[in-house]
Amino acid sequence: MTVALSDYLVVSALLFGIGAAGVLMRRNALVMFMCIELMLNAANLALVTFARVLHDVGGQATVFFVLVVAAAEVTVGLGIVVAIFRKRNSAVVDDLHELQG
Amino acid sequence: MVDATDAAFVALAIVSVGGAIAALEAKEIIYGAVGLAASFFGVASLFFLLDSPFVAVFQITVYVGAVAVLVLFTVMLVREGRWFGDSVGPTASVAGLITVAALVISLVSSFFAAGLSNASEQASAPSFVDIGKLLTGQFAPVLEILALVLAASVLGALTLAKVDPGAKAQAANERERS
Repeated sequence: MTVALSDYLVVSALLFGIGAAGVLMRRNALVMFMCIELMLNAANLALVTFARVLHDVGGQATVFFVLVVAAAEVTVGLGIVVAIFRKRNSAVVDDLHELQG
Repeated sequence: MVDATDAAFVALAIVSVGGAIAALEAKEIIYGAVGLAASFFGVASLFFLLDSPFVAVFQITVYVGAVAVLVLFTVMLVREGRWFGDSVGPTASVAGLITVAALVISLVSSFFAAGLSNASEQASAPSFVDIGKLLTGQFAPVLEILALVLAASVLGALTLAKVDPGAKAQAANERERS
C-alpha cells in the first residue's frame, strides 16, 4: 500500500472536523481559540496538497496569507481573552452576553 | 512493502490528529496547548513530505514558534480561574457530533470525487523563488493589505493591553468593599 496524495486530504478533513467539534462543543474561549487555529491549519494542509497535485505555486503562496491572518487573529483574540479574564475572572463564552438584544 | 515516506506519513498523521484530539479533550488546558503545538509540528512536517520545505519552515516559525507559545502564555495567565460550565449539554453535544460527522464525510467524499488519487507525481518541487515572484507580482496588493491587517492587529493588541488607571482604582475599591 502506498500513500496517495488524497490521504493528505483525509488527514486535513479529520483535523478540520476536530477543530469544528471543539468550537461547537466547548464553551471555554481559549479552547475554542485553539480549535479555530486547528481549522486554519487543516485548510493550510489542503492548500499545500492541492498545490502539489495541480503543480501550482498559488496554493503555497495562499498559505502565507493564511499564516498572516492567523497571527493577527491570535494577537487580538488572546488579548481579548486576557482582558475579559482580568475583568470577570472567567473565560466561559456563555457568560459574555452583554450584547444580547 | 512499506517505504520510508509512507511510514513517515502515517506517523506524522497520527501526531497531527492525536495532538488535535489532545487539544480538544485534555482536562488540564495546558496539556491541550502542548497537544496543539504537537499538531502544528506534525502538519508542518507533512508539508516537508509534500515537497514544500519553504512553507513548512514558515509554518514551524509562525505556528509552533509564535502561536503555540502565545497560547501557552495565555493559558498560564488565565489558568487560575473557574472553568466549570465548559462543555455544552448532552443534547448539544450529540447535535455537534452529528454535524461534525456530516462535515467530515462530505469533505472526504468530495475530495475523493475530485479523483486526485490518480494525479501524476510531480518531478520537481516549486522553489521559493517561484513563490517569491508570485507574492511580489500577482499577489502584491494582497501582501500590502495583509501588512495593514498585521499593523492594525498590533495596534489592537496594544490598546487591549493598556491598563486604564481609573478602572484599576475602581476595581481595587470594589475588592475592598466586598
